[in-house]
Amino acid sequence: MPEGLVYTGIPSAAELAACPGIPSRERTAKGRVAVIECVQEIPCNPCERVCKRGAIKIGERITELPRLDGGLCTGCGVCVALCPGLAITVVDKTYSATEASIDFPYEFLPLPQKGGLVEACGRAGERVCTGRVLAVKKTAAYAGTAVVSIAVPVEFADDVRTMRVLRATEK
Amino acid sequence: MRILRHPILGELTGLKTVTIYYGDQPISAVEGEPIAAALLNAGIRVFRKTAKRHEPRGIFCAIGRCTDCMMIVDGVPNTRTCVTSVRDGMRVRLQDGRQ
Amino acid sequence: MRNVAAEVAVIGAGPAGLCAAYQARSAGADVLLIDENKLPGGQLFKQIHKFFGSGEHQAGVRGFDIAKALLTRVAESGVRVKLDSLVYGIQPDKSMGLLDAEENCLLRAEKVVIAAGAKENYTPFAGSTLPGVIGAGAAQTMIHINRVLPGKRVVMVGAGNVGLIVSYQLLQAGAEVAAVVEAAPRIGGYGVHAAKIRRAGVPIYVGHTISRAYGGTDGGGDCGAGAGGVEHVEIVRLDENWRPVAGSEFTLDADTVCLAVGLSPMTELIWMAGCRFEYIPAFGGHVPLHDHNMETTVGGLYVAGDVTGVEEASTAMEEGGLAGVAAAEALGYLSASAAARKKAEIAARLNSLREGPFGDARRAAKEKQLAAMARFCSCEAERGAV
Repeated sequence: MPEGLVYTGIPSAAELAACPGIPSRERTAKGRVAVIECVQEIPCNPCERVCKRGAIKIGERITELPRLDGGLCTGCGVCVALCPGLAITVVDKTYSATEASIDFPYEFLPLPQKGGLVEACGRAGERVCTGRVLAVKKTAAYAGTAVVSIAVPVEFADDVRTMRVLRATEK
Repeated sequence: MRILRHPILGELTGLKTVTIYYGDQPISAVEGEPIAAALLNAGIRVFRKTAKRHEPRGIFCAIGRCTDCMMIVDGVPNTRTCVTSVRDGMRVRLQDGRQ
Repeated sequence: MRNVAAEVAVIGAGPAGLCAAYQARSAGADVLLIDENKLPGGQLFKQIHKFFGSGEHQAGVRGFDIAKALLTRVAESGVRVKLDSLVYGIQPDKSMGLLDAEENCLLRAEKVVIAAGAKENYTPFAGSTLPGVIGAGAAQTMIHINRVLPGKRVVMVGAGNVGLIVSYQLLQAGAEVAAVVEAAPRIGGYGVHAAKIRRAGVPIYVGHTISRAYGGTDGGGDCGAGAGGVEHVEIVRLDENWRPVAGSEFTLDADTVCLAVGLSPMTELIWMAGCRFEYIPAFGGHVPLHDHNMETTVGGLYVAGDVTGVEEASTAMEEGGLAGVAAAEALGYLSASAAARKKAEIAARLNSLREGPFGDARRAAKEKQLAAMARFCSCEAERGAV
């Protein structure tokens, strides 16, 4: 089975390594930053427009891949809910001594409860570890998309991209 | 199954219902919705039998194009149930072949 | 027979028709917008995902919110809207038969824009006529318009954008998606759509297709309908020549099969009017020739949106705008320079939607279509000169 987004629906390690929307290891080590897993040239540029700091560049040709300027990105997260592809997360590897936080878009019900535990899942929907819900935001500007923030052990920060609500917390 | 809560479309409230009949079976329907939606909601998927082999068939396109969902509605055959709204007391029957 | 007249008649109130009507009306033309459905908006109200494109294409806005805004604009502009009304025929002189509330009318318009959209394709396999085998668009209609879940556990056939997006929407509505199968060796739709459903745990099988749907006895109610709908689905792997690999079959429990195997332009009226066509597979089959104004080989008859070749709502809106501007210009409501400016802006936005690896095939198809039109026009000119 060949690897890669067009075969599996999951960006491969090589695709992610070459992706200009992913911040450097050095930048990630400094704290909150957007991680834009956009590896295909599709006509789309709202992330560029919404970033008030100019940290995301696409340019005239709207099929260019978004390029993240890690120096300008503060990890504010306004791009997370707006990306039509739901391809952006905000990762903070300095959340605590042992934990990272991941903010990701979520468009299913039920929404998790703040403080509750969820199954933190990876790009194939596989369970990676348990996550603790730090916040659930759903503002009018997000147009129906919720942004969920969870804390996970820092070693899983590059693997966790979504979650499943545990049955016990579903009420 | 009715989708009462939806993450993007929100909650469905204040529904007014009417009753239609699939054969003699009473079915609760939402006012104004197409017959096909009311039947699917009630778990009914067989709308007609095909003309040659008399095999069961249900909806396909749900927008009035394909005529797969034709039934006998209040005695009128070949009625596209996906674009015909329910009315209280309406009688809907399985259509066997061409009529 | 009652007569109905308008300067511009727009047939189809989907994204293309709404934009055509708005542009023509806002330039000053008297516009009648007709749709056979009870509600306007075409398929746009079913598109609950956020659109791609740029800010000018309302990227990041959900389809149904775009539809609401379009309807408001059209209503405020003074377009006359006739719903639940069917244009069932058209003559080469553009006179049309219109059923308006069951009354047969003769509709005449100086300019006609046909924006009738597209219909879903079907693909045969053993058991493909069983109840529960439905179009992916039908699932969208049931979920988003009627708020009824068409099935509890679904196999999606086709991993183009429609198959991927509708799979995601089925999940959002509370259904399970057992699998997405795609006969081609690769996912055809945007990777981000595929990634969304993979994260939600849905497997995507490329190089696989559905070989059989098995029926059960449910779904018949107590009407004596007998055998009911789909209960299991058999999937098979395909070799590089698209032939099923014996022994590779496996079975999934599913009560519904959604077919997302492409769309075909609904060109009946355009054929009837006598327009010339070209067969362009990338656009879904036979599509009418048209020029840069969206005008066909029948003078004063314009086309826009999926009838000109299946693309997306974003392109349909732009093409509709183009047709509306061109019709208004031809009627004298816009000066040549004002129209040229508007058309250039729209053309630039259309071009940007047909860029990149996903736009290449559609851009090439559109160029082929325009070139065929140019050939037709030059032949006609020669014939005229002789």
